[in-house]
Amino acid sequence: MAEVAPGAADSRRLQFALLASVFVVAACGLAYELIAGALASYLLGDSVTQFSTIIGAYLFAMGVGSWLSKFVTRDLIGTFIKIELAVGVIGGFAAAGLFVAFAAQAGPFRVLLYGAVFVVGVLVGLEIPLVMRILKHDIAFNELVARVLSFDYLGALAVSILFPLLLAPHLGLVRTGFLFGLLNAAVALWALWLFRERLARRTGLRLAGATTVVVLAGGLAGAGHLTTVAEGWIYADDIIHAENTPYQRIVVTRWHDDVRLFLNQNLQFSSRDEYRYHEALVHPGLAGVAHARRVLVLGGGDGFAVREVLKYPNIEAVTLVDLDPAMTRLFSTASLLRELNGDALNSPKLKTVNADAVRWLEDNEDLFDFIVVDFPDPSSYSLGKLYSAPFYRLLARHLAPHGRLVVQATSPFYARRSYWTVVATLEDAGLRTAPYHALVPSFGEWGFILASREAYQPPEAYAVPLRFLTAPTTAAMFDFPADMARVETEVNRLSNQVLVRTFESEWRHVVR
Amino acid sequence: MASPPGELSGSDMVRGHRLRERRMASSTEQRRVPVLIIGAGIGGLLAAWRMERAGFRDFTLIELERSVGGNSRHGENAVSRYPLGAHYLPLPTREALAVRELLADLGVLQGDPHAARPNYDETMLCHEPQERLHINGLWQEGLWPRLGVAAAERDQYTRFLDRMAQFREAKDGQGRRAFALPAALSSNEPRWRELDRITMRQWLLDNGFDSPHLHWYVNYACRDDYGTRHAETSAWAGIHYFACRNGEAANAAGDSVLTAPEGNGWIVRRLAPRYADRTVTGAMAIALAQGAASGANRRAASADFFLEDENRVVRYEAQQIVWAAPLFVLPHVAPELPADLVAAARGGDYAPWLVANLTLRQPPHSGAGAPLSWDNVLHGSPALGYIVATHQRIATAPGPTVLTYYHALSAEPPQRARERLRDTPREVWARDVLADLGRAHPEIGGLTTRLDVFRHGHAMIRPLPGTLWSAARQRLAQGWESVHFAHADVSGMSLFEEAAYRGVRAAEHAMRRLGVGFGQPLG
Repeated sequence: MAEVAPGAADSRRLQFALLASVFVVAACGLAYELIAGALASYLLGDSVTQFSTIIGAYLFAMGVGSWLSKFVTRDLIGTFIKIELAVGVIGGFAAAGLFVAFAAQAGPFRVLLYGAVFVVGVLVGLEIPLVMRILKHDIAFNELVARVLSFDYLGALAVSILFPLLLAPHLGLVRTGFLFGLLNAAVALWALWLFRERLARRTGLRLAGATTVVVLAGGLAGAGHLTTVAEGWIYADDIIHAENTPYQRIVVTRWHDDVRLFLNQNLQFSSRDEYRYHEALVHPGLAGVAHARRVLVLGGGDGFAVREVLKYPNIEAVTLVDLDPAMTRLFSTASLLRELNGDALNSPKLKTVNADAVRWLEDNEDLFDFIVVDFPDPSSYSLGKLYSAPFYRLLARHLAPHGRLVVQATSPFYARRSYWTVVATLEDAGLRTAPYHALVPSFGEWGFILASREAYQPPEAYAVPLRFLTAPTTAAMFDFPADMARVETEVNRLSNQVLVRTFESEWRHVVR
Repeated sequence: MASPPGELSGSDMVRGHRLRERRMASSTEQRRVPVLIIGAGIGGLLAAWRMERAGFRDFTLIELERSVGGNSRHGENAVSRYPLGAHYLPLPTREALAVRELLADLGVLQGDPHAARPNYDETMLCHEPQERLHINGLWQEGLWPRLGVAAAERDQYTRFLDRMAQFREAKDGQGRRAFALPAALSSNEPRWRELDRITMRQWLLDNGFDSPHLHWYVNYACRDDYGTRHAETSAWAGIHYFACRNGEAANAAGDSVLTAPEGNGWIVRRLAPRYADRTVTGAMAIALAQGAASGANRRAASADFFLEDENRVVRYEAQQIVWAAPLFVLPHVAPELPADLVAAARGGDYAPWLVANLTLRQPPHSGAGAPLSWDNVLHGSPALGYIVATHQRIATAPGPTVLTYYHALSAEPPQRARERLRDTPREVWARDVLADLGRAHPEIGGLTTRLDVFRHGHAMIRPLPGTLWSAARQRLAQGWESVHFAHADVSGMSLFEEAAYRGVRAAEHAMRRLGVGFGQPLG
């Protein structure tokens, strides 16, 4: 290897440059390690295990890299530049690639994770020995070790502070990965320029360097889009609509003829069996109220419950109160969704109110013959208040003398105590209840509760077209098998919120 | 960081001091009224309530501040009502007759007001989750420190609570509770009253309680209820806090409290309109004199007030006067006040408080461990934490909210703390409040759109050792001829129940003197 001995000033500049690159290289090395650890904790949970095994694997791989460095005997500088570019690309894309792989469920995730950690570790392990060997002609050994290693640790220190404070929270893992990839590439390009006179074949390296920078910059720019696409794979099907509203994240997916709605990642309906849910929600109660003219629907901005209500010609006015205007807008304008809800949200009989249901109930005096309460499950203290005795008393004030209301009340199978707590709470509010259940395959065995001031009789026949309900099967829905039968429960009061605690403990044991 | 906008206000720290200048002009008008109530805090409002309940409406209610309510005043903005002071009322004890009758009158206590376990309006009972504590970087349910607390310390908690339960049940031979609420109904036996001679901290140490976390909790309780550290609080008062409350409800646990977005302001909001036609605000008492007692031809007592809006002085002549303002003011306005009453009134020491209301564009992130609760306390904070004004709201989605941050300035002598309270600009308080809350909520600065600071220079009388069962206190309870004292200061503890008791009692004394029948006494 014919290396031209540089002049003294040149040598000092080179030394400084190489030590600066040691700093950057060390920073990048630790960054990849932290990104892998954080990503694994984020996706797999149990951060202690993830961080400890990732760091272990990474340090071991660095050892392997250091050992392999002895086999590099020629063209130290060229090899160093190639390694920098390789670290930049692999390290830079590792976070994005792993996230996408996890979302797409492409291959065994842990194998990919530790594979990537190992490869990056080996490459990073090669860097420092090579730098030391490049510098060994110019600096005495004891000085060399001292300087290189201190810059190495300084770089690590800088990243260990920046990562949790600035990078992870503000840039995110994927972008941080690309950023450090670019830093590695920058070190390569700098070295290419510094050693331009010592390197034999520069064109290939320059081309590789430029490509690396472009690819990584592209990755950095497209990171946001990439994350969205990957999230799409987590939902398994095509996302046909995604929207963040002040209240929730709305995602609609489609796979062949199955359209699904997710609110904050929770499945709300699947078009394959939503008719079972909504027929069961509306008809057992409404079919028997022959005089019904005015109906109130709380929640249910998808319009399915309204669609069922509007099947009765005697219904003159339906009021839909849903908090989120984005929901009612979506389901009244998107043609695919309008097909699903029979364009119910554009019915002249419907009045849509985008307001907080409780505020709305407090602020007006309207009476209704039938009220549908289709709120999300009581998974938080604020939602739990919508299943409390005072709320049901407020609701009862809006019930016409012979009126009736129905409440969706989670699963009497998976959350048996929760379901019967809602029954007990309605009864505490002075209403007579008629609990029933139906099988909705997407959800499992689901529970509903009718409540009114009068006793309830299931309808003897249905006068409207239905796909799921028949009169004889309806009567059977009011029977509860032994494993869902009534249990004694407390009343859900605002001052105890027993329902939220019960619900949380019951669903914790269920994987839906 | 620029501090969010807001207002600095409070129980007037300047206006009240004009009393000292006493260079007001003489009165331009004389008004006659059978009963004059001076001070429209809870004591004054309850005196009015008691008289009207007896069918006696011939009184005038006079208040120094612009709005009535005293420590139970509240504020309101586009987001919510919020408290400026007292923010909850525990379920009334069996003996708190006035509070029970009041709550029944307001429809919150349903059914027989004297039932052992009445029903309470559920929307007024504090909703779950009620309390949480930020300790060691995490939130935990409840305020007794548990996270990272050794078993031996927790054993002391149990032992302590057992002792408090014994005190709660304890009665003397005449059936009087050791620690009743109102406190005046407590047993006078020395075995309990001598607890007034030592501090709460000393009592803990004397009884083998040395757990630092137990001390933290008891100190927190004393700061929260009395604005005074447990090393300065009378042990009788400290134990009273834990042992007096025995109220129960048919539809809630015994430790439930009644609250509203505006704290105890809901009571003021419901009562004040009833007397609005007989209420004068912005009127500062500058002189108070007894009428000369000369046989049957008894002259009325008189009180001079400076009316701020009209910039003039009026004189009220009244048969009976209910003094429901803080007692420390009395010697400044009543030159004829007997020496023993002057000494008793001046003997009170008052804790200054700061209440900050933070308007947030959305609730703070709940944090790890326990969800956002009504009362949220930070371990290791010099302040008392914050309550959430919108906690009682039933809503389908969280929206903007108001947090009320309480800070009893108990770490330094009251006079110095009061000067600091007076002289510190709002921006400095805002910075301190945000820094304190920022330990648990790093994002709080960005969420806060407004930060209003309310100062109470003399928020509450401090129950220091020797002040509760002293001769001076007994003297105050007797009043001054036709002037009856209706402030919680008479009890020596600034509690709603005490103010209500004193107000009702003063009203009954005044009516008795006037020969007005009022049925069964409530005070």
